[in-house]
Amino acid sequence: MSQVPDNLRYRESHEWIDASQDAAPCGISDHAQAELTDIVFVELPKVGRVVKAGEQCAVVESVKAASDIYAPASGEIVEVNEVLHNDPGLVNRDPYLNGWMFKLKLASAAEVETLLTPDAYRGHIA
Amino acid sequence: MSDEILRRSPLHAVHLEFNAHMVPFAGWEMPVQYSSIVEEHKAVRSAVGVFDISHMGQFIVSGRGAEAFLNRALTNDLCRLSPGQGQYTLMLNEGGGVIDDLIAYRTSDREFFLVVNASKIAEDWAQLQSLLANEDEVQMANASSLTGGIAVQGPKSRALFKTVFGPDAVFPEHNTIFVAATEHGILWLCGTGYTGEEGFELFTPESRIEHWFRACVDAAKAEGGTVCGLGARDTLRLEMGYPLNGNDLSQLRSPLQAGLGFFVALDKEFFVGRDMLVKQKSEGIPDKLTAFRMVGTTPPPRPHYPVLWQGQQVAEIASGTQSPSLGCGIGMAYLPTEASKPGTAIEVEIRGRYFPAEVVKKPFYQKPRA
Repeated sequence: MSQVPDNLRYRESHEWIDASQDAAPCGISDHAQAELTDIVFVELPKVGRVVKAGEQCAVVESVKAASDIYAPASGEIVEVNEVLHNDPGLVNRDPYLNGWMFKLKLASAAEVETLLTPDAYRGHIA
Repeated sequence: MSDEILRRSPLHAVHLEFNAHMVPFAGWEMPVQYSSIVEEHKAVRSAVGVFDISHMGQFIVSGRGAEAFLNRALTNDLCRLSPGQGQYTLMLNEGGGVIDDLIAYRTSDREFFLVVNASKIAEDWAQLQSLLANEDEVQMANASSLTGGIAVQGPKSRALFKTVFGPDAVFPEHNTIFVAATEHGILWLCGTGYTGEEGFELFTPESRIEHWFRACVDAAKAEGGTVCGLGARDTLRLEMGYPLNGNDLSQLRSPLQAGLGFFVALDKEFFVGRDMLVKQKSEGIPDKLTAFRMVGTTPPPRPHYPVLWQGQQVAEIASGTQSPSLGCGIGMAYLPTEASKPGTAIEVEIRGRYFPAEVVKKPFYQKPRA
């Protein structure tokens, strides 16, 4: 079924984060993109914005509906994926690599440990 | 809404088998999509799509006075219909507001078949009952909960029709109806649709609908088409500028305001709501259901977003979506008549930001010429 890579952590609201990098890429899961389908617009946060874990910081719009995206962890937005402005469907096609949305400079590495492990997330979407 | 008990289509189990994503719609639990709204939409524009429309209502109105009675209740003129023909028409309240939009078919000299919106079955029925007098010599039957329905839409509809009904079967041409008796029960075959494509709708007793649905879906797949949900039905109808009752039509606005004057026979002596329409015709209308298209890359416009003209909020979006055929946001709103001319610049407020849009002519989508 949907892919859940083992090197990522997840929020129950279907965002992922790759905390192995200094600027940690974040996006939405394969399960989330499949549920949304037909993503036609992505609204990204401003670079430099400081967010708390769970704070709404992006919007993904499919033909069906607009969905809020939440920061998986606290930190500063240091980069956003500008490619998504012209090609929002990249989130559908490649949610974990080229379809990343923003990169977070983490306020605390420990906070990421409170997120769902891949196994826990698999259980969550089962 | 959440504790509302939703009705299920007689095709519910088939939808689950086809991996449909089910949502509440008009008091029913219906498929919004199977694969993707965009894929299903494009299949209808390029090949053929099959929709469950079992939620829609059907009334049979018959008797010596049926024509005169319905001509009092509905805006269009049923005298124009020969047996086998149908017309789009509206049911209004006393103030000229729209209770429902529907299709009325004349199935014989003294019998009419009405197809009404799912969410308005009870209201429409009550309105007709309230207008009915004993001396009318009219019988009414509400077949809504006894029937299932299927819409087949797209350029390959005729090919599908031949596969399902045989090479000699007669395709129901636009705005016609015929009633067929088959080994799988009685069928009302109607040459109508809600997508701008060629196609037909069929209604049949609930117990028989699954046979036809599976046959149509199989035939659609053989033509490069697919089964489609209500999500694609909505994007397809909006690309044509067709109104959806509840979004674009309401009891507060007349068909003239909705741009549906063509379906109002003001030359009839009487129909419910006529006085207000005559008044509007002479005095003008304050606002008009107007099509607009977003300019540049924007979030999709959606119902209830504020619409601004000359810096002031003048309306809310009635219907709005991302057009899969055009790749941009499209919508309709009741704009002041002065702001409803094609080319007028407006703005749509989305999450506190203002995005440019432009008034355009309907339909949004035009078929490429063959």
